[in-house]
Amino acid sequence: MNKTSFGLPIKARRIIAYVVLVLISVMCLIWFYLLFVNSSRSNASVSSGVAFLPSNQFGTNIKNVMNDSSVPLLKGLLNSFIVAALNATFSVYFSTMTAYAIHVYDFKGKQAIFTFILMIMMIPTQVTVLGFLKWIDTLRELNKSIVSIFSGMGGFYTVLRSFAKGGNYADYVWLILPGIAAPVTFYYLKQYMESALPLSLVEAARIDGSSEIRTFNEISLPLMRPAIAVQAIFAFVASWNNYFVPSHILIDSPKTVPILLAMLRSADYQNFDMGKIYMSIFIAIFPVIVVYLILSKNIVGGIAVGSVKG
Amino acid sequence: MAANDKKSTNNKRAVNYNKWGYIFLIPFFVAFILYNLIPLGMTVYYSFFEKYFDAGTGTWSSVQFVGFSNYIKLFYDGYEFDPRIFKYLLNTIIMWVLGFIPQIVVSLVLAQWFSDNRLKIRGSRFFKTVIYLPNLIMASAFAMLFSALFDKTGPISSLLFDKLHWINAALDFTKSVGLARFLVAFMNFLMWFGNTTILLMAGIMGIDESLYEAAEVDGANSIQRFTRITLPLLKPILIYVVITSLIGGIQMYDVPQILTNGSGDPVTKTTTLIMYLNQILVSKNYGVGGALSVILFLITGGLSLVVYNFMYSKKSKEKS
Repeated sequence: MNKTSFGLPIKARRIIAYVVLVLISVMCLIWFYLLFVNSSRSNASVSSGVAFLPSNQFGTNIKNVMNDSSVPLLKGLLNSFIVAALNATFSVYFSTMTAYAIHVYDFKGKQAIFTFILMIMMIPTQVTVLGFLKWIDTLRELNKSIVSIFSGMGGFYTVLRSFAKGGNYADYVWLILPGIAAPVTFYYLKQYMESALPLSLVEAARIDGSSEIRTFNEISLPLMRPAIAVQAIFAFVASWNNYFVPSHILIDSPKTVPILLAMLRSADYQNFDMGKIYMSIFIAIFPVIVVYLILSKNIVGGIAVGSVKG
Repeated sequence: MAANDKKSTNNKRAVNYNKWGYIFLIPFFVAFILYNLIPLGMTVYYSFFEKYFDAGTGTWSSVQFVGFSNYIKLFYDGYEFDPRIFKYLLNTIIMWVLGFIPQIVVSLVLAQWFSDNRLKIRGSRFFKTVIYLPNLIMASAFAMLFSALFDKTGPISSLLFDKLHWINAALDFTKSVGLARFLVAFMNFLMWFGNTTILLMAGIMGIDESLYEAAEVDGANSIQRFTRITLPLLKPILIYVVITSLIGGIQMYDVPQILTNGSGDPVTKTTTLIMYLNQILVSKNYGVGGALSVILFLITGGLSLVVYNFMYSKKSKEKS
């Protein structure tokens, strides 16, 4: 079999690769370029057909979006950011902790627990959202102080309330704390930990008198940094993108961006200011693109570093 | 996997430390019980009770145990067989497969190219940055964008119809089943192939370079190196990709919901299972909603276990 080496010469393969990569990049970016162009056009201009060069109505469209009090997009961005950042932080910290428990220690039932977590990895949150909503109702009926102790809110709850100048942010807790039990994040970190965290390092730390919690926080967390960075981004994005569960939980609360966009979607496009629609989409995704372009070096580099080590 | 039943269980010091294993697991399990297990239990509980909001009278029905009648209601509306749940399952699967096949193929090829030392792709960081970008874009915003761009009065239709005359009628995804499903699948593909590429690339770069060198010495070409070395060694990460994408596919909601404004047009051919669940939740029919949730739980659990077992049993066969 090995004798029939019919592979293309390296130069031809390289040319094919570049052509395909350029086409795929165009396929990824063209939508955002069209978004940018259309968000700079007036409604009359948008409805007159396609354009490939930006127009001059960018500022007007921004003003129109900001003045629409029925869809408070700026506040929505802040709300989405609070949820996603806190959810991601909880998710990666406690998932690393869970992975550490399974990786470093030998205890009764460890294998069963690991298998169990792999099995619940398959359960989407959507299929339990109905019970979750009813459970939240039940908890609301309990005394608030009991609730705060019971679900570990404590001072965290007070912090959230300080944001709550214009609305009831208490329900945000239901979008943030579930991040602690994130089996997919756990699984990825556990896989990475097997190659990145030698047990001898933990033992050396013990001999030096480090407590278990300190060894976890100060030795294994930094070693896991590349994988944690990647998973923090995935967790942030998942939470940021989340529409289904928040749309049912935040009924009486300030809305996040996806819910606001869904409200705009019910407009009839033929009788609506399309410049404003495009601008709303632009504002909704622009901050993420900027942050991503700043951090992308770390994301891509972090993954590469992690795998080379492994 | 990795049943690390390691040696030193008799070591007294080790036993002393090992209680920390339980302590470090506490946050996970407290959160799991509060936010997953109890909600699951309550979902199952509600699936056996009648509880709905009567929009006509503006009151809640009395709560009463009805056995499996909520489950029966999903398939039989009292007069005739109700095929909706099967239709929506089929819609979901068709749109997932249409998106996933190009996703895994493109991702494998790109991941191989990016990590091929002989190919030396320049600007690979730029390309990786670009292909991962759509994944960060909020699905609802992306679907909103496509709904505007591909609207029958939108720019794509006007370009293809009015300007280039490539098509002989305005594009209208609310009328064309093929176009609507294609758009949903295409968006899912665009959003996820970059993510998959990065995951697969991390896996390929973890493969021992000397294997490729040895294969090259033996005269293996790039296709053989890919199918004989990369693919088999990549299996654990491929399992991860298939399982997570499968779960994601069954959860498909944001894109078709926003694209079609919740209607599942044309004629509910893009309505997914979760869109159906959403309709039931919005109408506050908790009994039937619970029954659908439990069925979805069984479907996702079952399908995932099939993939999981298939992959792992194959792996164990090879080992023995």
